[in-house]
Amino acid sequence: MSASISQFRSQADSAINDLPLQEAIDTATGNFWRGREGALEELPDSEGLRDHFKAIRSATLAQLDEHLESFESNAKAAGTHVHWAEDAAEACRIVIDIGKTRGVTLATKGKSMASEEIHLGVALEEAGIESVETDLGEWIIQLAGDPPFHIIAPAIHKRRDEIVTLIENASGESLQSAEIEDLVAASRRLLRSRFLSAGMGITGGNILVSETGSLVLVENEGNGRFVSASPPVHIALVGLEKVVPTWDDAAVWLQLLARSSTGQPLSVYTNVVTGPRKVDDEDGPEEVHIILLDNGRSQLLGGKYEEILQCIRCGACLNICPVYREVGGHTYRSPYSGPIGAVITPLLMGLEEYPALPQASSLCGACRDVCPARIDLPRMLVELRNDEVEQGLVPWSVRRAEEAAAWMLMDVDRYRRLTGLMRTAQLPVLKDGDLRMPSFLDPSKGRKLKGLAPRPFREIWQSELEGGDG
Amino acid sequence: MSEKTVALFVSCLVDQISPEIGVATVRLLRRAGCQVDFPDAQTCCGQPFFNSGLRNQARDLARRTIEIFEPYDAVVLPSGSCSSMVAAEYVHLFEDDPDWEARAEALGAKTFELSRFLVRQGWAPPGSDAAPTVTYHDSCHANRLLGLGGEARQLLESAGCRVVEMVESDRCCGFGGLFSIKMPEVANAMTREKLRQAVDIEVDVLVSIDPGCLMQMEGLVDPDGPRVRHLACLLEELG
Ligand code: SF4
Repeated sequence: MSASISQFRSQADSAINDLPLQEAIDTATGNFWRGREGALEELPDSEGLRDHFKAIRSATLAQLDEHLESFESNAKAAGTHVHWAEDAAEACRIVIDIGKTRGVTLATKGKSMASEEIHLGVALEEAGIESVETDLGEWIIQLAGDPPFHIIAPAIHKRRDEIVTLIENASGESLQSAEIEDLVAASRRLLRSRFLSAGMGITGGNILVSETGSLVLVENEGNGRFVSASPPVHIALVGLEKVVPTWDDAAVWLQLLARSSTGQPLSVYTNVVTGPRKVDDEDGPEEVHIILLDNGRSQLLGGKYEEILQCIRCGACLNICPVYREVGGHTYRSPYSGPIGAVITPLLMGLEEYPALPQASSLCGACRDVCPARIDLPRMLVELRNDEVEQGLVPWSVRRAEEAAAWMLMDVDRYRRLTGLMRTAQLPVLKDGDLRMPSFLDPSKGRKLKGLAPRPFREIWQSELEGGDG
Repeated sequence: MSEKTVALFVSCLVDQISPEIGVATVRLLRRAGCQVDFPDAQTCCGQPFFNSGLRNQARDLARRTIEIFEPYDAVVLPSGSCSSMVAAEYVHLFEDDPDWEARAEALGAKTFELSRFLVRQGWAPPGSDAAPTVTYHDSCHANRLLGLGGEARQLLESAGCRVVEMVESDRCCGFGGLFSIKMPEVANAMTREKLRQAVDIEVDVLVSIDPGCLMQMEGLVDPDGPRVRHLACLLEELG
């Protein structure tokens, strides 16, 4: 996938003009950000906690290799298989190999952005392993063949009637007059049978706790618990930046994660996986595999983008973002949308593929305000724009025009002369102080654009204000 | 009130497109007892280039601006965004250049956005019976980088305005400098949302301290909707 400026603009335009979609985005993001505000207020010192969390995240990343190694050895001691995947292809291969070895034909999946990132679903299908999403939102978009619209709520763009049809087609039941509960029940019946026959369960993971080699998986539907505990094999695919040294650190993470994303004090389910089923355990998988996914992350360590690895994928920055709230998730053409998507997508998948994303921001800074790890997303968007200039990814005409403007502004006489010429040049298209251009030339797409004032301030100053009481 | 000489940095936008904001600013500063100087060499603070990733150009314009304004005791701008560029971002442009970093920091410390300067001067406009009901747009950089917003509301109330809040006073108006030209469809949608919030609370005037935001919102405001005004212009008009 890729996103050029023109692709982004045209997709944004359709999203903006889709009124039901706009309403759906407003409702979902509004509930989330209001929920977040309330949930953080409940904490005695949420600002202090965020500072503390930021410190934990940056200290851990500064010694990431050590923490990952100790995670690996403690996880192995608990009986977990630990795999390192350098890129998407390797991660997919590891999953498929495990499946093939165990003769798996059906896998259940919990919600995982990492699996979206590596397009695991496609790889599994090609390998002849059927995979079924079990998170309701993920399942709906799987049925629809859509990419996720939001990192924590993938199906918010789907209208109720679309969802009904999708579930009807999947279940063969007639659900036209069904209530939400009936829809959930129908989905549950359908998914239950898959849970029981799956040969392996694939999940993501929110936190890797190094001191005990444990995986923490949070979710709201109980499907994550089912996927990780009921099939004989559990595979967790986790970005390698998600590690913390201790349970104390993990506790801070958990205090902020659900509050920042949905406004819950804690998700409904917080699953901890420390190795496979023990001899006297009643349930649990026979094998647990954790795949530590790099896919471009380790390259960011030690550089100007390291801070982005502090992200815990809470989605708070999407919910507050005035751009995301207009253009929605699909416009970013990446599983990661909103401010985090605009930064992480070009970094992981190539700036030359996604030149539009760093430009898709007014740099308002709302994302930095809400990020639990206080990631300076606007700073990184500007850094990426610098990289675009340096790598020659800015259209030639734009680059030249901006350089010419800077050149003009570097010398006040030049500035005076050239702005004077512009005053004359604009006359044919000036009406009541506004520039009126034919619509195909209109750079502001229907917004009235003021022309240069008849006289610049500096002239008014000289003739009327200077030295006097004007 | 002691006479104080301040250098007025109007910003390129005010100079070329909205000079009336500069005129109102001069009058307010004089009413607040200041001598106003306008260093004629000034052009642009460099923010558009900083935001576009043209860091060298941004640095050149920052150096130029520092040289022009550093002789003064105080610099006042009728623009939250340009103030934040000078007071909060310049130092980041010179992280690898200690001399310029120090000069940037020194200028930043004496650079003030107009509403903050007026409040620090202890000036307050007299109450007016003609004062309209207003709402204040917390423009992004002013609010998030400089913590501004209280000052403007305080001045508006002192002038007799009733200040009503929008649902999200701090939601971006969509301007974002060249963003409004590079992604106009997105910018316009953001502006319409902002204006909708102002229309919902039925105020007479939507006030901002940022010429850029004002230009953006004026470009889409409904003729029957609230008037969109710079704080300085409104205060000056109320007398
Ligand atoms: S960048 Fe911050 S706010 Fe955005 S998803 Fe990541 S942690 Fe959450």
